[in-house]
Amino acid sequence: MEKIFQKLSLASASLVFIILIGIFITLFSSSKLAIDEYGFDFITNPDWNKEVPIDIPAISNKSAKVSSSKGEIIDEDDDEATFPKDDVMFDEDDESATKTVFGGLVPIVGTLLTTLIALAFSLPIAMGIAVFLAEIAPKNVSNVVGMAIELLAAIPSIIFGMWGLYYFAPIVADLVGGYQVSLLTAGLVLGVMILPFMAAITRDSMNTTPAVLKESAYALGATKFEVIKDIIFPYSKVGIIGSIILALGRALGETMAVAFLIGSIFVLPSAINDPTISIPVAMANNFGESSGLGESALFYLALILFVISFGIISLAKFYFLKKAN
Amino acid sequence: MNIKKFSFTYPGVEHPSLRNITLPIAQNKITALIGPSGCGKSTLLRAMNRIHDLYPGNKYDGRIELHDLETGKRNNILEIKKENEFIQLRQQVGMIFQKPTPFPMSIFDNVAYGLKIAGLKNKTELAHRVEQALKDSALWKEVHDRLGKSAMGLSGGQQQRLCIARAVAVKPEVLLFDEPTSALDPISTGAIEELLVELKKDISIAIVTHNMQQASRISDYTAFMYLGDLVEYDKTENIFLNPKEKRTEDYITGRFG
Amino acid sequence: MRLLINKIFLSLSVLSALIGLSFLAWILITLFIKGLGSFHFSLFLNDLINGGLRNLLVGQFILAGLASLIGIPLGMAAGIYIQEYGHGRFSSIIRDLSDIMMSAPSIVIGAFVYAVVVIPTGGTSGFAGAIALAIMMIPVVINTTDNMLSLVPRELREAGIALGASKYKVIIDIIIKAAKVGIMTGVLLAFARIIGETAPLLFTSETSNYFTLDLTESFPSLTVSIYDLANEPEESSRDLAWAASFILTVMVLAINLVGRFITRTKK
Repeated sequence: MEKIFQKLSLASASLVFIILIGIFITLFSSSKLAIDEYGFDFITNPDWNKEVPIDIPAISNKSAKVSSSKGEIIDEDDDEATFPKDDVMFDEDDESATKTVFGGLVPIVGTLLTTLIALAFSLPIAMGIAVFLAEIAPKNVSNVVGMAIELLAAIPSIIFGMWGLYYFAPIVADLVGGYQVSLLTAGLVLGVMILPFMAAITRDSMNTTPAVLKESAYALGATKFEVIKDIIFPYSKVGIIGSIILALGRALGETMAVAFLIGSIFVLPSAINDPTISIPVAMANNFGESSGLGESALFYLALILFVISFGIISLAKFYFLKKAN
Repeated sequence: MNIKKFSFTYPGVEHPSLRNITLPIAQNKITALIGPSGCGKSTLLRAMNRIHDLYPGNKYDGRIELHDLETGKRNNILEIKKENEFIQLRQQVGMIFQKPTPFPMSIFDNVAYGLKIAGLKNKTELAHRVEQALKDSALWKEVHDRLGKSAMGLSGGQQQRLCIARAVAVKPEVLLFDEPTSALDPISTGAIEELLVELKKDISIAIVTHNMQQASRISDYTAFMYLGDLVEYDKTENIFLNPKEKRTEDYITGRFG
Repeated sequence: MRLLINKIFLSLSVLSALIGLSFLAWILITLFIKGLGSFHFSLFLNDLINGGLRNLLVGQFILAGLASLIGIPLGMAAGIYIQEYGHGRFSSIIRDLSDIMMSAPSIVIGAFVYAVVVIPTGGTSGFAGAIALAIMMIPVVINTTDNMLSLVPRELREAGIALGASKYKVIIDIIIKAAKVGIMTGVLLAFARIIGETAPLLFTSETSNYFTLDLTESFPSLTVSIYDLANEPEESSRDLAWAASFILTVMVLAINLVGRFITRTKK
C-alpha cells in the first residue's frame, strides 16, 4: 500500500513535467509548417493573411530573379520555382499566382507594447499601495484594504474587458483623443489587472525587512519616507524587481481584457491610441476558423509567446525571487 | 538496549557527530543523557529508534542491540532495512518529543492510534487498552469524560501526558524521551517526572535532558556526553557526587554548559 | 523640508491605495448597475437560445467541476510527493516548473489542448475544455498543498513514525488532517479561479446556445458566451452579457470570501 501510494504521487508529480514538455513539443510540431515556410522572417513581417502575388518564372531560366515580395520562399538557384504547397491560387485572367502570407510582427509588437504600457501605468500605483499596506496603515486597515486588493485580483479577466470597453475606455478616449479600442486603452486596463498582483508581492517583500533594521533607523530620527527609501527598498529591492518581472510575465499572456480593448486589426499602430492586435488576441479570434498554414502561423505565435513568457517568468523566479529568499 | 562502539554521521557532513559510543540502557531503569548543547545526546537518542532514517543519507558504524524479551535474541537494529522491520522496531522502542505532538484527532483516537495501525480492531479491547494507558500516564481522571473531544484542547502538560499514553499503549520495551519537560511549566514537569519513575517498572527508559537537577532526581544511571564523545557513564549518584572525569566535574559544577 | 517630503510621499501612498480601491469600487458598481438592470429571474429558467443563462451557468459549473475532479487529486498527490517524499533535485525541479506553469498564458494551454484533444477527436468538446481547465488548476493545487504541508511541524511527522506508522499513513491520518483547513481554502480559491476563465475554453469547448449535458460536443460556457454576446451588435445581447458578468462576478467573489472566511475562523 505504501509503495502504491508513493508511486501514484510520483506519477502525479511527473505529470507536471510531462505536460510542460508536451506543450513545447506540441507547439513546435504544430508550428513547423509555418516555421519551415517563413523562418525568422515571421517575426519581422507585418503582413497577416495577405494575398501576395508571385510570378511564375520563365522555364529554365537560371538567372531569373524572381520577384519576391516579403515572406516568399523562392529558391533563386533552382531551375524551377518551388511553390509552397498551400494557399497558392491562380488568377486565371492574369495567369499569376498569389499566395497567402502570414507574418507575426504586428501581434508581437502589440503584445510587448501593451505590456509595457501596463507596467508603466501600474508600477507607481502598485508601489504606493504596497507601501501603504506594509508601512503606513494600522493593522486593521491594512488587513481590510489588503483583502479588497486581493478581491480585485480575483475578478475574472473578461469582466475587466467588459468594464474596460464600456466605461473606462470612453473616458480615456475623451481625455487623450483617438480610438476607444487601442493600444493605450488595452494597456491601461491590463495595468489595472496586474496592479493587485504587483502590490501584493511587493508588500510581502517589504515585510521581510527585519524590524530591528527599521527601528535602528527610526531611532536615529529618520522620517518614514527615509526609512522606506534608504532601508526597506534597498533591502527588498531584489524581491521587488522579481515581482515586477513576474507581473510582466503574466501580463504578456493576458487574453480576454485585451481582446475587448485592443481593436483586433493586424496593423502596426502609428500612434499610441491606434488599434492593433496582440498574440493572445490573434489566437483567440482566429483559431476556430483557421487551417493549414494560417493555423500553423497561429501556433507559431503561440510558441513565441510561450517561450517569451517562460523565459521572463523563469528569470523572475530564479534570479530575483530566489535571491530574495 | 546495548550500544556498542556506535558512530554516526549526518548526511552531507564530513565529521561524525557521534564517535565510538559504548553504553548500556539498563532494563527497567532510567538512563539519563546529559551534556551541553551540541554534544550529541539527542542524536544518540534518535538513533535508538532509527528516526534519523526519515532523512536519508546517514552513516552508521558499530552496533545498537535491542534485547528482544520475547525471543531472547539480541538484534542489531542498525541492520534493519525493510519497512516492516522498521515498524516493528518502533513498536518496541517508543519516543516522546520535546514539543507535545497531539495528533489532530480526539483524545481517544490519539491514544488508540498506535494500536489501530498495529492491527487491533476489537472495539472493547481498544477501549480497554486506551483506558489502561491513560491511567498509566496519570491522565485518565482528567479526560475520562471527554475522550471524544479534540486533543488540541488540552493544556501543554496534559498534551505531553497524552503523548506518553499514546506511546505506552503499544506496550513498548523501551521509551525514549527527548527533553520531555523543557517546554512545560514546573508543575507539569513534576507530574511527568513522577510518571517516569512509575513507568520504569515495566519499561526501560532513556531520557535526554539539559536539566541536571532533573537527571539527578529521577535517573538511575547517567551518561555525560561532550562534543560527540561519551565522557563518563556511571550510576547517577557517582556522576553527581563523585565524578571520575574532570570534564564531567566541570559540567556538573556549572563551569561550562 | 524633510518633513514636507515625508508628508508628500505618504500622501501619495495613501492616494495610490485609494486609486486601487476606487478601481475595485468602480468595477463592482458598474457590474451592479448594469447587471442588476438586466437581471430577472427568468434568466435562471431559460437557456441562451431563449435569452436566458441557465444552460451557461450549469455548463460552466460542470466544466469547472469536471476539471476539479481531475485537477485536485492530481495536484494534491503531486504536492504531497514533492513535500513528503521527494528530497532531491527532482522535487525542486517539479516545484519550480509548477510555479512557472501557474503564471503561464492560459491561451497557450488552450492551444495545446486544441492540438492534442480537439484535432484528434475531430471537434470541440466539453471534455477538451475541462482538460484545459484542469491543466490550469494543477499547478495552483500543487502550490497550495506544498505550502500548507510545509507548515506542519516536523515533530508531528516524527511522532507518527515513532509509533510505527508507515509513511503514507502518517501523511493521510496526521499531516493532511493538520493541514486540512489550508488545503481546503487553497482548493476553493483554485476553483474560483478556473470558473472565471475564458481563454482556455475559446476553442476547446467553445460554447452552446442549448442546454446539454453531452460533453462530447461543444459545451455551454458562461464566460465564452459573455465574449460572444458582447461582440454582437444587438443591445439585448449586450444587456445579457452584463447580467451574465454580474452573476459570474458575484459567484467568484462569493467563493473567494467563503474561502477567506474559513481560514479566518478556523485559525
